[in-house]
Amino acid sequence: MGVLWMMSSSTHAQFRIEVSGVGLTQLPISVAPFRGQDAAPQKISTIILADLERSGQFRPVDSSGQVLDELSRPDVAAWRQKGADSLVSGSVTRLADGRFDVRFRLWDVVRSQDLGGQSFVVTPADLRMASHRIADYVFEKLTGEKGAFSTRITYVTKVAQRYQLWVSDADGENSQSALASPEPIISPSWSPNGNHVAYVSFESRKPVVYTHDVLSGKRRLIANFRGSNSAPAWSPDGRTLAMTLSRDGGSQLYAIDANGGEPRRLTQTSGIDTEPVYSSDGKSLFFVSDRGGAPQIYKMPSIGGSAERVTFTGNYNISPALSPDGRWLAYVSRVSGAFKLHLMELSSGVVTPLTDTGADENPSFAPNSRLIVYATQYQGREALMTTTLDGKVKARLNGQGGDIREPDWGPFQKQ
Amino acid sequence: MKRFLLVLVAGILMVGCGSSVKLDDVPVEDKSGIAVNPSGAAGSGAGVAQSGVMPVELDGSRTSAMAPNSPKIVFFDYDSYVIKPEFQSVIESHARFINADKAKKVVIEGHTDMSGGREYNLALGQKRAEAVRRALSLLGVPENQVEAVSFGKEKPTALGSDETSMSLNRRAEIAYR
Repeated sequence: MGVLWMMSSSTHAQFRIEVSGVGLTQLPISVAPFRGQDAAPQKISTIILADLERSGQFRPVDSSGQVLDELSRPDVAAWRQKGADSLVSGSVTRLADGRFDVRFRLWDVVRSQDLGGQSFVVTPADLRMASHRIADYVFEKLTGEKGAFSTRITYVTKVAQRYQLWVSDADGENSQSALASPEPIISPSWSPNGNHVAYVSFESRKPVVYTHDVLSGKRRLIANFRGSNSAPAWSPDGRTLAMTLSRDGGSQLYAIDANGGEPRRLTQTSGIDTEPVYSSDGKSLFFVSDRGGAPQIYKMPSIGGSAERVTFTGNYNISPALSPDGRWLAYVSRVSGAFKLHLMELSSGVVTPLTDTGADENPSFAPNSRLIVYATQYQGREALMTTTLDGKVKARLNGQGGDIREPDWGPFQKQ
Repeated sequence: MKRFLLVLVAGILMVGCGSSVKLDDVPVEDKSGIAVNPSGAAGSGAGVAQSGVMPVELDGSRTSAMAPNSPKIVFFDYDSYVIKPEFQSVIESHARFINADKAKKVVIEGHTDMSGGREYNLALGQKRAEAVRRALSLLGVPENQVEAVSFGKEKPTALGSDETSMSLNRRAEIAYR
């Protein structure tokens, strides 16, 4: 890991976080520099704080000048004075075998209460993951909801005529290349167990669908039928892939066993049906269809059947993404020629625009349903952003150089 | 520099092929990547083990077959999937060429301009490719000699966002394999 890791850390600064709008309730928190982190390959406190900030639910409080570790009893009055409600302190120590011992403790400085701590022994390559695990602990203790910082995302970069599929930490850092190709790669999608990514590759001069075991690099050609094969989506049980095939003319939805096999046709229209996504209960498929004359999002039983229209505002609504908790639909809507990320509350049908940008693409929810990652244009380049569901806190993920696109947020990892 | 190093590391540490390719319906070249391991040992620590990622590198070799000496691109209007009369002669010359040799295989590659979503544009490009396929079919070209596929907005020929560039990208290309 050494060489790759050093290159990525030297080229990656921390990402940028934008807070907009008023009326935000954010928990003020301090994360003191971990004792020993200056000698460690990762600035653990910086990673934790960036995770918490990006979630939109925390506001950083300066901790400069403080030397603390997990054993220190903090001077709670002093921390309250600084405006912090909570404090994370810890240490990182290099062991004789080259691994690192990471320890931390979380304090409620308002109630002067110890909220617990943990310790991990990790390789240098896993120091970032340990930091994300600490952020998850803090997030869960203080918000009551599960954190999704120690998850992974996949995305595609294009640099000159080279396309690469990457797997990275949820903050876009620590990228590892899964696939490099001279032809485009689009629509990566994590399997529910987080072991495989399905995607569309143009390596044979046409779009075909592969599944790819990221740990071994083993690939399986799932759909290479006559015509185009695209838009793979995993069923929640991981057994089936819905996708778009043009084998029978037009672009229509089919379901295929995740190990390959004969496709079962799900839609029967003369127009375009594409971009299927399963609801988290597996019972429904949301997808894009132009059956009404313009692309809109529809919903139908996942085995096929009659479809009902879901989006009614605008005449170009594409790229549906469903939150794992089943409450939200994110999609891209064309408004006055600009492509903007929108969020619909499914129970009420109320739609909120989330961005001020004009070339948003391909939203994907964090597994805890609290953040959306999407692609957009930033300073003339394709870039990845995360946003909170109220659109008030956005962060740009640095990831790799070049144009970054097609993000997909992976599931919670097995611990 | 960074990319060079990546390739170097990948080259040094390659460990063998890792691909299970199932062919279906239309044969494709086996482009199985070479699995390479840049990390040496994919170490993991107690409690926070992170799965490793095995990189795969694909090469870009490709051959192109003999094609007729006439234009190979059909351009389309904005939001249109109808072949304009001025491209009928292009279609006719290709139809004659394909009909002259039953062994010829032709792929119609549909493309769109760069605005909008990748997957939806893939479907729109498919409509353009199928329009050309149907036009060839009307001129007696057997279905089994022609495949219509789409590149969506992935392969623009013009990169600008002005109308001229956009219109150059709304096209179907006739490619012989």
